[in-house]
Amino acid sequence: MAKALGHVTGPLIKGNPVTLHILGICSALAVTTSVATALTMSAALTVVLILSSAAISSIRRHIPASIRLIVQITIIASLVIVMDMFLQAFAFEMSKRLSIFVGLIVTNCLVLGRAEGFARQNPVWPSTLDALGNGLGYSLILLVVGTIREILGAGSFLGHEILPLVENGGWFQPLRLMLLAPSAFFILGFIVWIIRCLRPEQVEEPEFRVVGLEEERRP
Amino acid sequence: MADMNPLNLWRKFLALPNDNLTKTLAFAFLLALTASIVVSVGAVTLRPYQKANLERERQARMAEIIAALPQMSGLLNEVSVDALEVRLVNLETGEFEAGIDAATYDQRQAAKDPERSTELSPEIDIAGLKRRADFAPVFLLRRGDDLQLVILPVRGTGYQSMLYAYLALQADGNTIAGLTFYEQGDTPGFGARIEEPAWQALWPGKMIADSDGTIRISVVRGGAAGPYEVDGISGATHTSNGVSNMLRFWLGNAGFGPFLARLRAGEV
Repeated sequence: MAKALGHVTGPLIKGNPVTLHILGICSALAVTTSVATALTMSAALTVVLILSSAAISSIRRHIPASIRLIVQITIIASLVIVMDMFLQAFAFEMSKRLSIFVGLIVTNCLVLGRAEGFARQNPVWPSTLDALGNGLGYSLILLVVGTIREILGAGSFLGHEILPLVENGGWFQPLRLMLLAPSAFFILGFIVWIIRCLRPEQVEEPEFRVVGLEEERRP
Repeated sequence: MADMNPLNLWRKFLALPNDNLTKTLAFAFLLALTASIVVSVGAVTLRPYQKANLERERQARMAEIIAALPQMSGLLNEVSVDALEVRLVNLETGEFEAGIDAATYDQRQAAKDPERSTELSPEIDIAGLKRRADFAPVFLLRRGDDLQLVILPVRGTGYQSMLYAYLALQADGNTIAGLTFYEQGDTPGFGARIEEPAWQALWPGKMIADSDGTIRISVVRGGAAGPYEVDGISGATHTSNGVSNMLRFWLGNAGFGPFLARLRAGEV
């Protein structure tokens, strides 16, 4: 039971797919201008991730090694198409705001990464839990980034005004930068920084060192 | 005698080593089959909902284009959008066609049907339509007996998708009252910005043709001047040109030209 729980809670902070593995950045930048889009995207990705992990795990013993990536992508792509059509049918406004990014879940390294790295080698139940955990980990980061961007960029949360805007007679001048993609980079960078300060074991070894930099720094 | 029990065959198939060629091919085939069934079933069951959504979107855009026109908002308080009169126009002659029910007429279906559409030669087909339905709906908004507004459905090829829009004209048949796109799939952030209200706000007041009747309206790259030019979207030259060509086609003789001639002559 504890192990099963570990599959779900592990990827939340400790092994978070976005901040530790730096996966799924593209969509994390694109859909986090508001909390509502971030939540929809998170739900879509989590569902696709769980279903694809379960499907791949259930046929893992029979996937021919020579075509395994194509097999995984085919399964993921089919699920993403169905998910996209589902959103167009039942959440039309939202699917218009998310535009192509639901379709781009296919190319989200996070989904293929879990399929290739976990579901291919583990039984169905742990794979499903691992997918749920990673989906929630991704959702958590998107929610945090989306909340910061919507509050600072539009003064609202889920569409409700929190900080009274200047144009409505309040005092808050929205930061337009927050609605642009670079702000998500900054916020993600800060989140990664904070997490790695608290958990120094996540810090990566530098791939190379600049020769002579150490000497110059000495007084 | 070979064992033909399907269950045993299936077990035998599963027992084959994973790098076996037969198993690889059969696996790929079965996977593709399953995936296509899942996607097809999804597409067929969800299509009615998607169509209903698109239809709602189309009507909302129609309401939007009328609400966005300043002189129309007063009129709108008196008549609801549903009071718009829908008529079918024979594009060849510009006359109204009474024989077909305009409310149920599907222009897109008709454009695909060789019986009900006309093939366009490449010289005429500047909007990249290939075929054009013989009839097109027009929406007329009247106050009393005075025609206030004519709304024409137009479409044309953009950068990577078909652009669908409503063009609203004043009763003189030459002044644009509004242009709004309700369906397009061009690049988000570039061509797709034709859907933004800020860009659509550039259109009201522009003129279509000069006093000789030559169609002058066009989307230009920066520095739009005069009543016939609208600034294009930077980075979306193809989409901007597509919008230009779309208007030139539909306002020209192969499009609503004959109808607009009747409109200007006061015959509508």
